[in-house]
Amino acid sequence: MLAQLRRSPLGVVGAFMLGLALIAATFAPWLAPYDPEQTIHVTIEDIYARPSAEHILGTDDGGNDVLSAFIFGSRVSLLVGFSASLISMFIGGAVGLVAGFYGGRIGNALMRLTDIFLVIPDLPLMIVIVAMVGPSLWNIILVIGILGWTGTARMVRAQALSLKERQFVLRARALGAGNFHILRRHIFPLVLPLMVANTVLVISLSILSESTLSFLGLGDPTTLSWGGMLNFAFTRGAISARAWWALVAPGLGIVWVVLACTLVGNTLEEAFNPRLQSHHLQGEDKMIASPSHIQAEG
Amino acid sequence: MERRDYLIKKTAWSLLTIAFVLVLNFFLFRILPGDPTTSIAKDPRLTAETRRALQERFGLDKPLLLNLEGGSLFESQFFAYVMRLAQADLGISFNFNRPVADLLGERLLNTVLLVMGGQLLSIVLGVGLGLISAWKSRTAFDVGAITFSLAAWSLPTFWLGIILLILGSSYLGLPTAGRETVGMDYAGWWDQWRDIGRHLLLPTITFTIVLLGEYMLIMRSSVLEILSEDYILTAKAKGLSHLQVLWGHALRNALLPVVTLIALNLGFTVSGAIQVETVFSWPGLGSMIFDAVRRQDYPVLQGAFLLIAVSVVLANLVADLIYSVLDPRVKSA
Amino acid sequence: MERAETPLLEVRHLSTNFVTDEGVFRAVEDLSFQLRRGEFLGLVGESGCGKTTAMLSVLRLLPAAGRIVSGEVLLEGEDILKLDAAEMRRMRWRKMSIIFQGAMNALNPVRNVGDQIAEALVLHDMAPSRRRAAARVGELLELVGIDADRADQFPHQYSGGMRQRAMIAMALACSPQVVIADEPTTALDVMIQAQILELLERLQRELGLSVILVTHDLSVVAEVCHDVLVMYGGVLAEYATVDEIYNEPLHPYTRLLLEAFPDLSRPDERMISIPGQPPRLNDLPAGCRFAPRCPMVIDRCRIEPPPVRQVRPGRWATCHRIDEAGT
Repeated sequence: MLAQLRRSPLGVVGAFMLGLALIAATFAPWLAPYDPEQTIHVTIEDIYARPSAEHILGTDDGGNDVLSAFIFGSRVSLLVGFSASLISMFIGGAVGLVAGFYGGRIGNALMRLTDIFLVIPDLPLMIVIVAMVGPSLWNIILVIGILGWTGTARMVRAQALSLKERQFVLRARALGAGNFHILRRHIFPLVLPLMVANTVLVISLSILSESTLSFLGLGDPTTLSWGGMLNFAFTRGAISARAWWALVAPGLGIVWVVLACTLVGNTLEEAFNPRLQSHHLQGEDKMIASPSHIQAEG
Repeated sequence: MERRDYLIKKTAWSLLTIAFVLVLNFFLFRILPGDPTTSIAKDPRLTAETRRALQERFGLDKPLLLNLEGGSLFESQFFAYVMRLAQADLGISFNFNRPVADLLGERLLNTVLLVMGGQLLSIVLGVGLGLISAWKSRTAFDVGAITFSLAAWSLPTFWLGIILLILGSSYLGLPTAGRETVGMDYAGWWDQWRDIGRHLLLPTITFTIVLLGEYMLIMRSSVLEILSEDYILTAKAKGLSHLQVLWGHALRNALLPVVTLIALNLGFTVSGAIQVETVFSWPGLGSMIFDAVRRQDYPVLQGAFLLIAVSVVLANLVADLIYSVLDPRVKSA
Repeated sequence: MERAETPLLEVRHLSTNFVTDEGVFRAVEDLSFQLRRGEFLGLVGESGCGKTTAMLSVLRLLPAAGRIVSGEVLLEGEDILKLDAAEMRRMRWRKMSIIFQGAMNALNPVRNVGDQIAEALVLHDMAPSRRRAAARVGELLELVGIDADRADQFPHQYSGGMRQRAMIAMALACSPQVVIADEPTTALDVMIQAQILELLERLQRELGLSVILVTHDLSVVAEVCHDVLVMYGGVLAEYATVDEIYNEPLHPYTRLLLEAFPDLSRPDERMISIPGQPPRLNDLPAGCRFAPRCPMVIDRCRIEPPPVRQVRPGRWATCHRIDEAGT
């Protein structure tokens, strides 16, 4: 695996980016220059103030320090992202394992259900549900989690299906092992690495979903995520005020974390599921190594 | 004959999914807290007449699913709902006091305009980039293309829209909202379409970039897999050049999963449309959903969701049809 | 190897490596052989001994990690390793074609069979267009025993044996001088194997085809080949006529191979397998590559790799234990 990491500098970069984000979220109260909970008294000059020594990233529509809001905003985005994907991983893993391992009518029915959820577009459904039940943090986490398991389920099922027929499973059965035992001790440990890789990618999707919901005004009004910051900026004239700092910073935060997860997830996936190294239309210019021969090329 | 079975199966499946969506739609707006129909009585925006008409229509005094009291079994809210749908009656907007179906119809064309352009561009570019990347795998071009695609995929659509909006309006003088310039007098339809085109430019570019990344990555991995297949070596052994191999053997085979992907991606496309329309105030279905959420106009929200979900299911079916035509190996699944 | 005419194809001291993360694999080392017009050469050895690599080297179709580090490949006197890319593409299939191992996947599944054969014809200017090539395509299919009407069908509509025969038809499309058949009968059942071999024989008789038949099945070689080249671990073990190989095998590996094959005339004999594993080509022992498994090994074998020696006119072997008389 270490060789794979060496071969994927992008994965290392992603891990580093993710680590930085987690540090910022954890140590937010110490890192942020201002406390966003504090009420402040503002004058007209304080609104959308340009970046300065006092406010490195300027201020927003309410005169609050953008940098502090940004650092604290990471908490919400990461919290929602991780929690929702945990739910998705749990549901997706369970569905996939049952469908793949037990198969039969239950398996078919489960996969049909998965297909239905795959087809129905995510965001409209999320919008509708959150609009109905109210945008609390917990509700948002639940909704994103409950709608995000389909990809994981499919992948886990494919894995379980192929593992089911392998030698060690047949041997275990011959020795009299029950289904649950086989699942727990043989299949699950092999499926887990791929699930982890997949979950990292699901985290990035969850964060994007949360940001989008918050941007559309369906975020938890008691917290301020990056999406929420963008919602305020957009609907409260940041564009006409040319307050680019209020728009760029939160967006970059989202991109940072999502890209980090994507890089790490892709690298992990390739480590557990190595893809082909070369194809037939490659390497012709090096084929004839002896210098006395003319170098050939496709 | 095998293809026919495949198509019948897929069509039946689509119908089942649509039925599921209908039922889901019904229950979402009845069971969840914040049920709009019971709060009709309290909504001050509707006139008393409309309120009474709605109550009668929704049959709020009737049982939810099946009528087990006197009268026909099907005299329930659910079947009333189904009957209404059959007549394309999607209710009345709280906000505009007009039939939802009319409102949706007006906006549908605009969304299609936006989505079509973006999809076509992103497919062409994504497929092209993916093909070249796979061919020149592990070269600087490939790494660059992958990085660009991953970054594009990681961008929140609405944020990209905002950034392009700022850049486009500041440096290129492009319009920032709407479909047409307000209060303009057009010399002819050509003039009008040029104006629409200017308004369409930034939203389309946003859309294209967002979709481009995913198409490129999928096409690339599809082509990579194909270029490792035995028949590619055979093609090379026959004396075909790289371009001939790519064109005659790789491209057609690689496009098959892309067709599937386009279908699978329709959900993503919808989500992108909602965000892009909101940011650019483009008068389509997406921004209508945004407004409906803000104004708590539940009939519109419900109608829009239904329309979108059903469209996506049907589009998937069309994609399945196209796939079955392209792939000679298709038998009954 | 002095015989009447000059050879059609001559490979001299061919060496091919694979460069990977796990080191350099010396897959083929110092391989030399000849193929005469109208003759079949059997290239024999266990899996991984370098037979396929050698053939891919000859056609310059190695995978990305492959490097031909030395040698010459003379087709009608011209070293094709010196051709530039365009010349090579013109030469491929027209002068020398190949039938790949496991032809199941060697045909493109989304194009019909006739189309793929016609592609070769059009490419090498033997037909003006796909449509006009239809007649010739039909001819080729009939030649290998496939109904010409089936040209419009797709590979998945053919049986395994038919696909193999279609590959043969395609390989013959441009009337090449040399055909390399890489394990053409592996993964097919015995009946079809017999059919394919019969077909090859017939083609040799009728068309004067020159074939390099790569296989691990000695019985196939006995049936149709004139010469036999036995490879082990990337090097030539023994190279002689088929009679000489069968009646008087010199190299210990050849002997073991012959013994390992069940003899139908003596069905009660126990089967012998050759103990041990083939060598790891990125971690070769000093000395002879067969030494770890050789029943006749002596100390010298482990230190010094035996040279490819002409033991008798037309007989080559690579073994220290063979003296001039042959033991």
